[in-house]
Amino acid sequence: MIEIRNLSKRYGDSTVIDNVSLDLADAGITAIIGPNGAGKSTLLGMISRLQSIDAGTVHIDGLDITATPSMTLARKLAILRQENQISTRLRVIDLVTFGRYPYCKGRPGPEDLEQVQRALAFLNLDDLAQRFLDTLSGGQRQRAYIAMVLCQDTDYVLLDEPLNNLDMKHAVDIMQLMQRASQAMGKKVIIVLHDINFAACYADDIVALQNGKLAFQGHPEALITADKMKALYDIDMTIERFKGRPIGLYYA
Amino acid sequence: MSVNTLSLPKRRLPLWWLALPVFLLLFALSLLIGVAELHLTQLGERDLQILLISRLPRTLALVLAGMSLAVAGLLMQMLARNRFVEPSTTGTVECAMLGLLLVTLLAPAMPVMGKMLIASVFALAGSLVFMALLRAVPLHSTVMVPLIGIMFGGVVGAVIAFIAYRLNLMQSVANWTNGDFSAILRGRYELLWIGAALAVIAYLTADRFTVAGMGRDFATNLGLNYRWVLLFGLAIVSMISAVTVVTTGVIPFLGLVVPNVVSLMMGDHLRRSLPWVAIMGAALVLACDILGRLLRYPYEIPIGTVFGVIGSAFFIYLLLRRSEGRS
Repeated sequence: MIEIRNLSKRYGDSTVIDNVSLDLADAGITAIIGPNGAGKSTLLGMISRLQSIDAGTVHIDGLDITATPSMTLARKLAILRQENQISTRLRVIDLVTFGRYPYCKGRPGPEDLEQVQRALAFLNLDDLAQRFLDTLSGGQRQRAYIAMVLCQDTDYVLLDEPLNNLDMKHAVDIMQLMQRASQAMGKKVIIVLHDINFAACYADDIVALQNGKLAFQGHPEALITADKMKALYDIDMTIERFKGRPIGLYYA
Repeated sequence: MSVNTLSLPKRRLPLWWLALPVFLLLFALSLLIGVAELHLTQLGERDLQILLISRLPRTLALVLAGMSLAVAGLLMQMLARNRFVEPSTTGTVECAMLGLLLVTLLAPAMPVMGKMLIASVFALAGSLVFMALLRAVPLHSTVMVPLIGIMFGGVVGAVIAFIAYRLNLMQSVANWTNGDFSAILRGRYELLWIGAALAVIAYLTADRFTVAGMGRDFATNLGLNYRWVLLFGLAIVSMISAVTVVTTGVIPFLGLVVPNVVSLMMGDHLRRSLPWVAIMGAALVLACDILGRLLRYPYEIPIGTVFGVIGSAFFIYLLLRRSEGRS
């Protein structure tokens, strides 16, 4: 359980996260949605200690993230941010193996290598294992990063808009993988999504942010309604049903 | 399929079998080439003296400076996350020189170790300023990074020139910038062992630098204290720069060329590539010094000049190649 209390973040005069309190219970997939500039990435950045906290607290399974050693947190939660430009030439297998760094400090043992193999297989990267990252396509590279994050074997996996720059097929692949990771491996996935319909189809819990404040939190069924979407995105949406889930149509 | 990291060393071995003999051959050549005649078949007292007082120190100095400067370049590239930097394109070397110049003026009697340490402190301060500049200037192109460093180095260089010109020290300054091993004798190079020791430390902590090279967010996610790794790495780079400035003078572009070649060959997993950077740096410096000694025998061309020609040509090639790949 991630407990967020009175969390705030300011840049100069603008308040990006404004006194947010919420619990991310141990649902399988939690989606964070909201319009541009709502503070989604900042919230994720603060939860994962990548960004400093101006006010408030974050506890992960009771651990205060500002007081817990970074290495301990690295075994508890893994984060993949939105823009990942690794300019160094690393092989996919080396990148994924570095996911074990919090455990083995760069000297992987047999168990670590087993985890690496499992992560590679899980993301269908076996054939690309020896390739350098800079020779991969955007989708392949994204899969390699996700494999690294999964290889970290943490209870919590935080992903900041992992579907950006992916075509439809790869976006669906990634979401299905995260669903499998949460169901088969018991991971708690917290994911910032731009497209509300991915949230509607896959999330067990949705957190909606608006202007740095918590707008709503709840199950897609309760949240994806015409009124709430109008309030959140200021757009008229028709809600249909698809495979038992609400879907928002807003294209015209 | 059972591909794993353990299978890699097998492929590495033959390369080492090629590299080591080449390195040893260059080492031997460097010992044998010189103006004074050397009779190896009947090693007399005089021959032994030439060997131990002049030739061996020079060759060792070349090897030590070559490997440590190449490793310093590699670390700088990881920490700045840019392929085009090395201590002489980040202002690090210039700041080391400024420190050395000031200590030469203000405390000329200070032992060389103390001078080196003060130069190191200046170099570290300079590297930190460079890093701060990188963060302050919005960058849209990787080529901008070394340009900023070169400009920063230019400003510090102007301060050095101003002071040195007024106080008639221009000649010493010229010696610091342009590596020259012709004056190396026993007792005048030993400080370079510190540089080699620092390179070994860099190897022992290589994984940290590989992770840091992935960027701040990745490093923090993996539990690394990014700021400490940055400071630790810059301290190594700064001390290596200071040690070489104080003893032989730096060899521009060495730290740029060698890590780039190794990166293209085998990537940037530092625990694997750093030994190669070290041995290639040493071998390249030996080869260039031998060339400089032979080109207009019995006179010498300083290695800084020889390498400057080769290195700058290669630098331009890299700039064109990498920016082509980008567009």
